[in-house]
Amino acid sequence: MRYIEPHGHMVSRTTDDYQAMITAGCQAVCEPAFWAGYDRSSVDGFRDYFRQLTEYEPARAAKFLLPHFSWLCINPKESEDLALAADVLAMIPEFLTKPNVLGIGEIGLNRNTRNELNVLEQHVDLAVKHDQLILVHTPHLEDKLKGTRLIVDLLRSHQGVKPGRVIIDHVEEHTIQYVLDQGFWAGITLYPDSKSSPPRAVDMLEICGRERIWLNSACDWGVSDPLAVPKTAFEMRRRGHSTEFVDQVLYQNPVRFLSQCPKFRLPNT
Amino acid sequence: MPTKRTPRPQGKLPAAAASRALVDHGFVPVRAKLIEVAAFLDRVERHGAADDFRCVALRTAAQVLLDGKPERARRILERLSDPTTKPDAVSTGKAALGAWLPPATVGVKVTLKGKVNVAATRR
Repeated sequence: MRYIEPHGHMVSRTTDDYQAMITAGCQAVCEPAFWAGYDRSSVDGFRDYFRQLTEYEPARAAKFLLPHFSWLCINPKESEDLALAADVLAMIPEFLTKPNVLGIGEIGLNRNTRNELNVLEQHVDLAVKHDQLILVHTPHLEDKLKGTRLIVDLLRSHQGVKPGRVIIDHVEEHTIQYVLDQGFWAGITLYPDSKSSPPRAVDMLEICGRERIWLNSACDWGVSDPLAVPKTAFEMRRRGHSTEFVDQVLYQNPVRFLSQCPKFRLPNT
Repeated sequence: MPTKRTPRPQGKLPAAAASRALVDHGFVPVRAKLIEVAAFLDRVERHGAADDFRCVALRTAAQVLLDGKPERARRILERLSDPTTKPDAVSTGKAALGAWLPPATVGVKVTLKGKVNVAATRR
């Protein structure tokens, strides 16, 4: 079996996780910028983080023969500070030419505030200006439905946004069809206690079809499982889905979306 | 967000034999989760926390399980969601809580019998 991990926060994971992923058939890992668990105190904190995502972490992954790609942004949890956000947004372009950078992400909303929406719009402007792919984080729990609606409204009203170049992540049963109906890609995140479980993810694939959907573990410093994607393949096979079905969802779909960025290249392709 | 869903393409459905396996493999784990829900509701009641707005929301959402209509997962998620549409003026904190507390009920506690007491429950 082969698969892509399109959303993993590997700076938070151990080398054991890299070993387990490559053993399970992982062909590439993509790492969006995210919240460190605390607010960074200045733009220099982000500069160091972007260097980690574009220099150090790809080198660490390469020791396990795993291609590593990244996405850049200031995450919505730190977007309440508009001055800090402006500084970070101004710095991002200097990193966009790094060889492993795929686009802008994971941008989006956390608590659905005006400031978060303001910073999201600036990120979208930046992505359009630099012709970048976009990866969007949707809010947690009770905020997801409203946040998804606000995000889709903003993206649909932006004339420069091409929905096929945007993936809206962390969809669940109440948001997935809406995202797909608007022409965007949808990401299903597999978490032990929130977002989606493997059985629910396969339910969504059976109901909504397998086009424009990828699965990810979003493994980070919290309760999460870096092998959640291959474990979901087992759930598919147990239900009688074909190996071709598994390969399309776990490998071909993410490759199709990510290949819209010419920097996404795998060694065996 | 439309509540009436548009027609969608069907994914490849499992073979008939796999349908029985769905129950064989899924029943015991889901049985365990159902008992966890029941035990949780008993526990918060025993410890006097059943009036917490999240517990109230959980009991309300659980009614969907028995209404005989499809798309239970989607409808439970919707019942636990913030139904408003405008962005908030200020953030109330980084973490979501899992159920929506209407702004009008800040400082108000909803009881099991639907009575309203003044008490601080807001994040």
